[in-house]
Amino acid sequence: MEGNYYPLLKWILAAPLAGFALNGLLGKKLLGEKAGGIAGSLAIFISFVFAALSFSDLLNLPPENRLLRDTLFNWISAGSFSVDAAFRFDPLSAVMALIVTGVSFLIHVYSTGYMKGDAGFNRYFAYLNLFVFFMLTLVLADNPLVMFVGWEGVGLCSYLLIGFWYEDPEKASAGKKAFITNRVGDAGFLIGLMLLWALLSSNGVFSMDFASLEKNAPLLASATVLGMAAPTLICLLLFFGATGKSAQFPLFVWLPDAMAGPTPVSALIHAATMVTAGVYMLARLHFLYELAPKAMEVVLLVGCFTAFFAAVIGLLQKDIKKVLAYSTVSQLGYMFMAAGAGAFSAAVFHLATHAFFKALLFLGAGSVIHGMSGEQDMFKMGGLKKEMPFTFLLMAAGWLAIAGVPGLSGFYSKDLILEKVFEHGGMLVWAVGVLTAALTAFYTTRLFVLTFLRAKRAEGHAHESPLSMTLPMAALAVLAVAGGFLLKDRLFLFLDPAFVQPEHTSQAARLMLVSVAAGLAGIAAAFVLTLPKTAAALKSAAAPLHSLIFHKFYVDEIYAFAVIKPLKLVSDKVLFRFFDAGLIDGVLVNGTAKVSYAAGRALAKVQNGRLDLYALVFAIGVALMLFWVI
Amino acid sequence: MMEFLSNPLSALILLPAAAALALLAVPERNGALLKNLALLASVLVFAVSVRLYLGFDPSLAAMQFQLDRPWLPAYGIHYYLGIDGISLLMILLTTLLTPIAILASFNYIKEAQRAYYICLLFLEASMIGVFAALDLFAFYLFWEGMLIPMYFLIGVWGGPRRIYAALKFFIYTMAGSVLMLVAILWLVSARHAIDGVWTFSIPALYGTPLEHQAQFWLFAAFALAFAVKVPLFPFHTWLPDAHVEAPTAGSVLLAGVLLKMGVYGYLRLAVPLFPQGAAEFAPWLAVLGVTGIIYGSLVAWTQRDMKKLVAYSSVAHLGIVILGVMAFEPAAVAGAVLQMVNHGLSTGALFLLVGVLYERRHTRMIEDYGGLAKSMPMFSVVLMIVMLSSIGLPGLNGFVGEALILFGSFKVYPWLAGAAVAGVILSAVYMLGMYQAAVFGPLRHTENKILPDLSVREWLYLAPLLLFIVLIGVRPNPLLKLAMPAVNNYITMSQRQTAPVLPGISLSVGRGEEK
Repeated sequence: MEGNYYPLLKWILAAPLAGFALNGLLGKKLLGEKAGGIAGSLAIFISFVFAALSFSDLLNLPPENRLLRDTLFNWISAGSFSVDAAFRFDPLSAVMALIVTGVSFLIHVYSTGYMKGDAGFNRYFAYLNLFVFFMLTLVLADNPLVMFVGWEGVGLCSYLLIGFWYEDPEKASAGKKAFITNRVGDAGFLIGLMLLWALLSSNGVFSMDFASLEKNAPLLASATVLGMAAPTLICLLLFFGATGKSAQFPLFVWLPDAMAGPTPVSALIHAATMVTAGVYMLARLHFLYELAPKAMEVVLLVGCFTAFFAAVIGLLQKDIKKVLAYSTVSQLGYMFMAAGAGAFSAAVFHLATHAFFKALLFLGAGSVIHGMSGEQDMFKMGGLKKEMPFTFLLMAAGWLAIAGVPGLSGFYSKDLILEKVFEHGGMLVWAVGVLTAALTAFYTTRLFVLTFLRAKRAEGHAHESPLSMTLPMAALAVLAVAGGFLLKDRLFLFLDPAFVQPEHTSQAARLMLVSVAAGLAGIAAAFVLTLPKTAAALKSAAAPLHSLIFHKFYVDEIYAFAVIKPLKLVSDKVLFRFFDAGLIDGVLVNGTAKVSYAAGRALAKVQNGRLDLYALVFAIGVALMLFWVI
Repeated sequence: MMEFLSNPLSALILLPAAAALALLAVPERNGALLKNLALLASVLVFAVSVRLYLGFDPSLAAMQFQLDRPWLPAYGIHYYLGIDGISLLMILLTTLLTPIAILASFNYIKEAQRAYYICLLFLEASMIGVFAALDLFAFYLFWEGMLIPMYFLIGVWGGPRRIYAALKFFIYTMAGSVLMLVAILWLVSARHAIDGVWTFSIPALYGTPLEHQAQFWLFAAFALAFAVKVPLFPFHTWLPDAHVEAPTAGSVLLAGVLLKMGVYGYLRLAVPLFPQGAAEFAPWLAVLGVTGIIYGSLVAWTQRDMKKLVAYSSVAHLGIVILGVMAFEPAAVAGAVLQMVNHGLSTGALFLLVGVLYERRHTRMIEDYGGLAKSMPMFSVVLMIVMLSSIGLPGLNGFVGEALILFGSFKVYPWLAGAAVAGVILSAVYMLGMYQAAVFGPLRHTENKILPDLSVREWLYLAPLLLFIVLIGVRPNPLLKLAMPAVNNYITMSQRQTAPVLPGISLSVGRGEEK
């Protein structure tokens, strides 16, 4: 088998699992809040240390040989189907593992402050540790089936954490919606894998690990299924799974509702890590996508549309977390645009910078909500810069990073994506990408202005958050500011040893100027248009459009009306009441019983004990038999 | 006499039957003694089955622990027992679930306790008999014999509509079985016509050369009997009624073991005996299976009674098992066998948990609950794990079986396997819906605020199920290894397309069936 055996990998996974067991089994009574928070955070820190150790060992290997593997046992084996519980650590997994454990650790520390005094404190840390375990399973998996364990596992934790405050039916519903929407995508993912395995095994290839898939993928190139090239269909099905997990059109609807969960959860799961799983999966299977140019085109267009669509909705949201949620959907769209343009490294680069600045923005929002005792409506905030100076400063870093201000992290990754899209996706897609950049700058500036600047609009006193919350934010702020600059060339060289630093052409410079100008225009526009008078004037001038955007284009209502309600109605009225209870059970089963009963009653009348009648029937019978025989 | 007991298979059948007879000697008023004796006997049976497991050689393809004694030799009827990996797994499932069912009845059953435990033990004996029998006559006796205790369990200790449900269960199943009896007699006499030997031995009958048309009709008769038992859509309407009225233990054994007998019948009898008939019907049975997945899930979604919801979910779960069995592909069939065990564990546990609630509140309506996470946190955790097992979350047992069935059958029936994946979505829809309505949200009903959490006794019977749910999810291979030789046998036999046809004799069989 290729790769170097490396028994340390399992410990990256074992630490968060142990943390889960500790908090989950002992709970508040036996462990207590303080010890639980420390244990939960420590577990992730240990995991981070093991990931860093593996990373440094990986770096010491020659670039073409950078693959560490750890096979625990043969998981499922029946017939020609055999899957190992096996993990791999290559540059892509390494980047993901470091982001996941690093950002998770910061958010765990933040959570010890944010969740202080919550009745479910230990339950929270148990879920969060379990999430990190499954997320690491996802990114370290050596084959798609183990990846699927992580894939569904993070979905479960997302469900549990969105509905963490389960007594509120709305929050519990949001969790359910997330799980089911994700499962719709997972069905596509699963069928894609089934098709992949069926085709490969009919070519005599049975092993499913990524290395063997990469080696044998060319076998699929000539196959066609349903009049489509096989790789195209497989990639489209897998991508459908990605639209669920990574909240792309048409399955993005769960992510805004997922904001019902505690804010650190939104930062970790619904911004920095889990929702990037779809992007990671595409990068992991890039060799399949490279065989399927048609599927790449779909990825590019879906990403582009989602980026724009979600940014538009984000323009008018009132809830600070909802703005960030739609922003996440939109930024994930950028990552898929990059993947669709074949720039998988650029997608991973944006994944990294987005993890820094979006986690920071969410933690900042959490700090604000914490300081305002639970208020999430931005129109009831304002002027918080005096009362929350640290949060204000740190949040400013996140705001400028996402807005694409030159020198900060978001600038580098977004600029690179737009450049690649221009090369491979064409003018129109690029133009939508630039427009989306302007919208992004607009809505984040609007968020920042409404929250921290101008006059205070709410009664009462807001308080700054404790150090346990601001320190992790500070760490993320450093990354959000400097991460792009530090990572840009190093990351590409690490992910792809054959990477050659491109020469900066004059065209690239012109493209960059346009996108920077778009970002600055968005910032400037936001300062003007958030003035109460201009906002009101604009609202009345375009009332129908405002209402359409404010109501999120009624996508949820359309799904409910076109899919969920009819399906439930048919299930209940047609399948259950008419078909099951009425036709099968009522007419056929009980009907047969009634007919038999009636026939029995009728026949019973015949047996009335009158011998002469018996004799008559007997005689007729004999006559008929004779007649038949002769 | 000694060899009837020294052979562990025979001992497994006789032990619970003997214990049932012994209970007759205990007076009705001594309830505690009755319960404890019944529990002790069933635990003892479980211990014997563990010995059976330890003595079983998974590398052999042949039937093991065979015992063959003439019974009615003039007709070729023998007391002939023996097991392969598939029957062993089913027996282990039976011996695990029976003590659990008995323990779960301790507080619930207050009337006619002696008769109740006697019924449960007789039921266990006949269930093991079905899985151990290698003689068709003995198989049929055990198959029908099992109906009687089950009929009483539903009809005597059931809910308000128990008589209707019990009768429906009995007649529905009987109607299918009678056709099977006719087919059995036909098969045996056809065999006699060929070589002049009367035999009911299943392995001997496997080689019976039959004309294509005869196979068609004989398979149809067996398939119908088994379809009712599975239950395969559209023969399922007895199931919700039987479950709703049955006491908890009845539901556990009905879902856990009895439904598996239908699938087992296809694996042991219908397909290997009549492979050509099976080949014609298999795609249609697979279609019915997949229809059942989608139909059962959608109807489960509309249910307000928890037991009915779980009953319809069983229609969906058994549907995917049938898809696997009818694919004749090693991974798919192995997955189906594993999924039979998985369904027994998870659905058994679901009925137990509904029973836990019913004993406290005497209602199974979902809307009567809500907010249980607050008053019964441990119960809520257990229900969550069982629910996740039932919806096939990777890492727990249900996923392994489902994945094997889907991946394996996709090679044979790509469209059907693709459609079956809808079950992945729909199972989450109805299960999460129920969980949310019962466990999450505020405690709306004051009665639910003071509900006690799981007792020690309840933990005792739920814990083994939880253990296996996790264990099989992480390490399924020991069970798959047990099943694999038997699975391969099944596939080899299903491919016997060219059985030698003796001139004249089998033709008459074919023509006779035609009318």
